[in-house]
Amino acid sequence: MPEIPQDLQYTRTHEWVRIEDGTATVGITDHAQEELGDVVFVELPEPGSSVEAGEPFGTIESVKAVSDLYSPVSGEVAEVNRTLEESPERVNEDPYGEGWLIRVRISGQPDLLSPEEYASRLEEEE
Amino acid sequence: MVAVAEGTLRRTPLYDEHRRLGARLVDFAGWEMPVQYAGIRAEHEAVRTRAGLFDVSHMGEVAFRGPDAERALQRLLTRDVSRLERGQAGYAAVCLESGGTVDDVIAYRREEDFLVVVNAANREKDLAHFRRHTSDLDVEISDETEEWALLALQGPASEEILQRFVGRDLSTLGRYRFVREEVGGAPAIVSRTGYTGEDGFEIFVSPRDAPSLWRRLIEAGAAPAGLGARDTLRLEAGMCLYGNELDEETTPLEAGISFAVHLDKEEEFVGRQALRRQREEGLRKKLVGFELEGRGIARHGYPVAAGGEEVGVVTSGTMSPTLNRAIGMAYVPPDLEDGLAVIIRGRPVPARIVPLPFYRRGR
Repeated sequence: MPEIPQDLQYTRTHEWVRIEDGTATVGITDHAQEELGDVVFVELPEPGSSVEAGEPFGTIESVKAVSDLYSPVSGEVAEVNRTLEESPERVNEDPYGEGWLIRVRISGQPDLLSPEEYASRLEEEE
Repeated sequence: MVAVAEGTLRRTPLYDEHRRLGARLVDFAGWEMPVQYAGIRAEHEAVRTRAGLFDVSHMGEVAFRGPDAERALQRLLTRDVSRLERGQAGYAAVCLESGGTVDDVIAYRREEDFLVVVNAANREKDLAHFRRHTSDLDVEISDETEEWALLALQGPASEEILQRFVGRDLSTLGRYRFVREEVGGAPAIVSRTGYTGEDGFEIFVSPRDAPSLWRRLIEAGAAPAGLGARDTLRLEAGMCLYGNELDEETTPLEAGISFAVHLDKEEEFVGRQALRRQREEGLRKKLVGFELEGRGIARHGYPVAAGGEEVGVVTSGTMSPTLNRAIGMAYVPPDLEDGLAVIIRGRPVPARIVPLPFYRRGR
């Protein structure tokens, strides 16, 4: 079973979100990194650009496939994880830690899944 | 191997082994095949540095028997089959009259007949083509796909691993040579061939013997490897994949496999006139290798541009696990030397043409 930390929120498209002081840190879940396989490239937006909840903000490529990344929240990109330019494999190794993708200053009220809701979604997909 | 009802995926005799190893299984040409076990990178590296073991039992085997078996293959294949000795195998293309490629195959000349290994996705199309063009000959063409399991043991340690199961000295078996030999007590054909750019063997055994041989080779140190690693390995080695580099709109000359096209062999073969004409008039397109100079990964089907115009298309692309660079192959105009870009999701990323293969063993 993939790891689903209890202190995070989730999307139906397998991103996770940690909200602290109006800023959301966004990554992809353990399940998502496992499905993708070896991540070899991550394309992220520039800081200062705006993202829209439910809309693509970047792409992630594994050896075999390319996938869109969907923003869980609306707002302005405050920071991107530059480490991933050189070491995209961090997403596989530590999806909830060093493999985070972007930080967003949130505008509006995000609509996210609780850990329990995300876990039951995964079971439905199985 | 048991054929299953229409609409369901076929399984190789090693299906249970794949499940047991936790493989991720996908639909590949109508077969439920492992794409990866531990991870594509780890499997790729195992093959480059030690040994990997692939289940390629989905590949088709077609036997050619009878007095005209050689004549039939001379007519069907671009290679001069008469030059193959018993115990020797040769890579060849199968062409349409237009010169377009029906399939790429390996023909094995056995004692009394030939065995031709074809791509899983093309098997039925090939059989129809083979029969259509040989109806006047005394040859029996039979689909033996279900009679064989095929294991590919690939990598620098493969000889040492396989030697533990074989009585004969394998170091004397040359590249593209094969022998009938018992492997771990099971009757087999052991062939020094492969699709990874490494030394290695392909082992034909009965479906009944395949699971135990699979397990014993893994116990002896071979890492199970899936279709994902098979694709990154063959791409680094600059080898064509049917459906990517080769199709019915593409000739073997354009695909850069003219070493398998013997235009001057004695017998006429299907497509020869078109290929001769193309050789005289020049190619419409050529297959090149490239490395991306900007960030991104080129994928099958992405457009290639030069001078602001779309001039070609990517046939295969990946992040090379060995070179750690984004590499790929593409069809471009034959005179194009440089200044090309791959259009990745609407954005041109500069690329540089490099000689194929990207990787050669022993470097």
